[in-house]
Amino acid sequence: MSRIVVDPVTRIEGHLRIEAQVEDGTVREAWSSSTMFRGIEIILKGRDPRDAWAFAQRICGVCTTVHAITSIRAVENAIGAVPPPNAELVRNLVMSAQLVQDHVIHFYHLHALDWVDIVSALEADPAQTSKLAESISDWPKTSPRYFAGVKGRIETLAKSGRLGPFANAYWGHPAYKLPPEANLMAVAHYLEALDWQREFIKIHAILGGKNPHPQSFLVGGMAVPIDPNEQASLNVGTLEQVRRLIHEARQLVSQVYVPDVLAVAPFYKEWAGHGGTAGHYLVYGEYPETPEAGAPLVLPGGVIRNRDLANVEAVDTDKITEFVTHSWYAYEGGDAEGRHPTQGETAPNYTGPEPPYEHLNVEGKYSWLKSPRYDGLPMEVGPLARTLVAYAKGQPKVKALVDHVLGALGVGPAALHSTLGRIAARAIETQVMVDKMEDWVDGLMANMGAGDLRICDNDKWDPSTWPEECAGAGFHEAPRGALGHWVHIQKGQIANYQCIVPSTWNAGPRDAGQAPGPYEQAIVGTPVANPEQPLEILRTIHSFDPCMACGVHVLDARGRELAEVRAV
Amino acid sequence: MSNSRGDWLEGELERRGVSRREFMGFCGTMAAALSLPATLVARIAEAVEQSPRPTLVWLEFQDCCGNTESFLRSSRPTVADVILEAISVDYHETIMAAAGHQAEQNLAEAIERDRGKYIAVVEGSIPSGENGAYCTIGGRAALDIAREVCGGAAATVAIGTCAAFGGLPAAAPNPTSALSVADAVPGLQNLVNLPACPANGENLVALLVHYLTFGRLPELDSLRRPLFAYGKLIHDACQKRGHYDAGQYAEAWGDEGHRRGYCLYKLGCKGPVTYQNCPNVGWNEGTNWPVGCGHPCIGCAEPSFWDRMTPFYRHLPEIPGLGPHASLDKLGLTAVGVVGGAFAAHTALHVARQSAERRRQAGEGEEES
Repeated sequence: MSRIVVDPVTRIEGHLRIEAQVEDGTVREAWSSSTMFRGIEIILKGRDPRDAWAFAQRICGVCTTVHAITSIRAVENAIGAVPPPNAELVRNLVMSAQLVQDHVIHFYHLHALDWVDIVSALEADPAQTSKLAESISDWPKTSPRYFAGVKGRIETLAKSGRLGPFANAYWGHPAYKLPPEANLMAVAHYLEALDWQREFIKIHAILGGKNPHPQSFLVGGMAVPIDPNEQASLNVGTLEQVRRLIHEARQLVSQVYVPDVLAVAPFYKEWAGHGGTAGHYLVYGEYPETPEAGAPLVLPGGVIRNRDLANVEAVDTDKITEFVTHSWYAYEGGDAEGRHPTQGETAPNYTGPEPPYEHLNVEGKYSWLKSPRYDGLPMEVGPLARTLVAYAKGQPKVKALVDHVLGALGVGPAALHSTLGRIAARAIETQVMVDKMEDWVDGLMANMGAGDLRICDNDKWDPSTWPEECAGAGFHEAPRGALGHWVHIQKGQIANYQCIVPSTWNAGPRDAGQAPGPYEQAIVGTPVANPEQPLEILRTIHSFDPCMACGVHVLDARGRELAEVRAV
Repeated sequence: MSNSRGDWLEGELERRGVSRREFMGFCGTMAAALSLPATLVARIAEAVEQSPRPTLVWLEFQDCCGNTESFLRSSRPTVADVILEAISVDYHETIMAAAGHQAEQNLAEAIERDRGKYIAVVEGSIPSGENGAYCTIGGRAALDIAREVCGGAAATVAIGTCAAFGGLPAAAPNPTSALSVADAVPGLQNLVNLPACPANGENLVALLVHYLTFGRLPELDSLRRPLFAYGKLIHDACQKRGHYDAGQYAEAWGDEGHRRGYCLYKLGCKGPVTYQNCPNVGWNEGTNWPVGCGHPCIGCAEPSFWDRMTPFYRHLPEIPGLGPHASLDKLGLTAVGVVGGAFAAHTALHVARQSAERRRQAGEGEEES
């Protein structure tokens, strides 16, 4: 029995620590800990609710639109603002661009090195690599000379003796299975995707001024004027620029990303048997097809229990509670009960070891994340949850792609509840969304042509039009999963603000009943060939795409804030 | 290394399909970003080719990763990539392949091997509360890591407003007692602040090229910001300045003035009190910038902007009798004074904010028009 500690878990957003008990080459028990805290909800108290999106947005600079969107939805829900159709269309484009870019970056830059051995690529034959690349897709950059150039770049790096960010990794680990040519192809695509992400995200610059942290969000609308006859507005020319970027993204996703997943997966088929959770999935649903209220969602919402795809329940957000039994917070009435976010009551209560430390006390509190539960159950959220719900509900595009992928790999739907399933689901929904985006460009064009230039519900802009006291909730499907913000407004100021974030759902610690969170469930049973190089643990953790800064911030502490106000 | 730096770079450029001309063009852009005369272009190219491959370590503390993402968006991609590869990024949690103790080993080796020679980049603020337990990496407190790593660096870059000035975690009431790099590592020499939320990746690349070219840091202002990127008010370089001078304002979202690109002052723009080169350099390869898109500047490059610049949509105060133009110029000067002064005290800020809010509720403060 040995205790493995992986801290820092790298190639993620934020600070994550995994401790795992390994016996006979298999993980028997695991603990997930988030080791950074900022307290953004405390900071939000007393602020203008129209400013909240900018504060909340800074929860994360990777998924840099998701908290902004959710925040403005929560405030709109509270004050009764209704964004006009153009604003909804622009939001759909901003959100979907985020998802597409984020998923591609995750696959190539955060996750690929768990499966791709860069050092092995040094032995690849460029001519054979070219043949391999041509056999899997129509992507044009496949000449032997091109791959020789990429190989030359790695050789130069290796010869310099300074591998930089690629130094001291698990290269040569027996769990790496790809032939040298597949490794070289993947390295080439790593570099191409790095160039592409910079180009594609110009959609956010066009619709939001910049990325990271686009800046056109407004309670009630979007701050990007639309007018076919003004050069300072979104017009036909700028929308065509958006369309071009979408076209290029479709090519990259359908000719590089999806084929790479299908090409790599057969070498790692055993990972369709590792990394599954208990199989409880939560999806709020996202992407209204059209701007009208109640329009169908491209990725529908639902709850799945115990991997049962035959019964998808409707989501009831009243069933959400959060526990702090193993989190560094304290509830006034004791830590045994969970609380709904509207009743969220939290004070930081660090009881862990004083740094520097070797191990956390996992019997007690051990994370800055809370433990959210749905009807008492730990839920997995994210691309796999969304794909399963959409598949179970028969969303035609998702269903066709899932069946295609399962057929290509020769496995059944049960294989989806796994590390490999998460990777496949992320690729599938990227394809679905990138194929959908252009419809919303068309929608904006049509509105513009019909003379509808509205971008904001200005009637609700002035706080004097709001009720003296109101509360609201906003929901979104972030790239990493179900995201909710709850806001309580009094006299035009934020009285309370709560977020429950995808990585809190997935990465949270045990609850009062000692039920482990999804990460903690998923790693159990994972083989670990060499405890000094726990590559296998990283594979499953990375398959969730951790985003820890998002997960940790959940606080509406009263103690400090009230003391501060009293001091005034 | 057996081959010279110049050979290496030339080989790289050729492999990546980058012509000598494009490379010189890149160096020209860098010279422009650095506000250098055109004659220095050749010298920059020469310096980049010949300088040794210095070590860079990038630390992330109470951050959102936004500055890392911004760094990845630096423009002129192919050539910028070469420049980035010309630096050995030995530690960067978000991009590095190694994890756990192997990752920590890379950091320890880099700062030992290159003591006094490496560049440290810090992203995120550093919590001083709870004995450092608000941010630990490998079981070590961020404060401990920052002091060791920055203390041995040739130069430290505090990237983003959180590292430069405390930023969002330090906004009132600063729940974790978050500090800027300057406050967390007192007496640090060769510290450069690159504020903004996030900092523009182009400014980081320009700073690195400057350092490689001249072997020293660029000129800094009193807040340790490079003059080449923070030397002018946004208002003074703004594309909407003509409308401001003509008294043409957007009054409501999507109104005729907004659609025509009129000045956003009345909707809350903080460009008149913010130093940053957004209007000149732009974002995402010059595609756009927030004011260009139609949203007011929120002043994200200024110290304590989460407290001083909020509410974001309330317009800057006018000084009675002087008219908007004069008042804004004066306000700009006032803000500079304020920045270096006592406003860094967060409790004071909180008090100020609360009392301002109370005044506003009581109808004594000014309201939006």
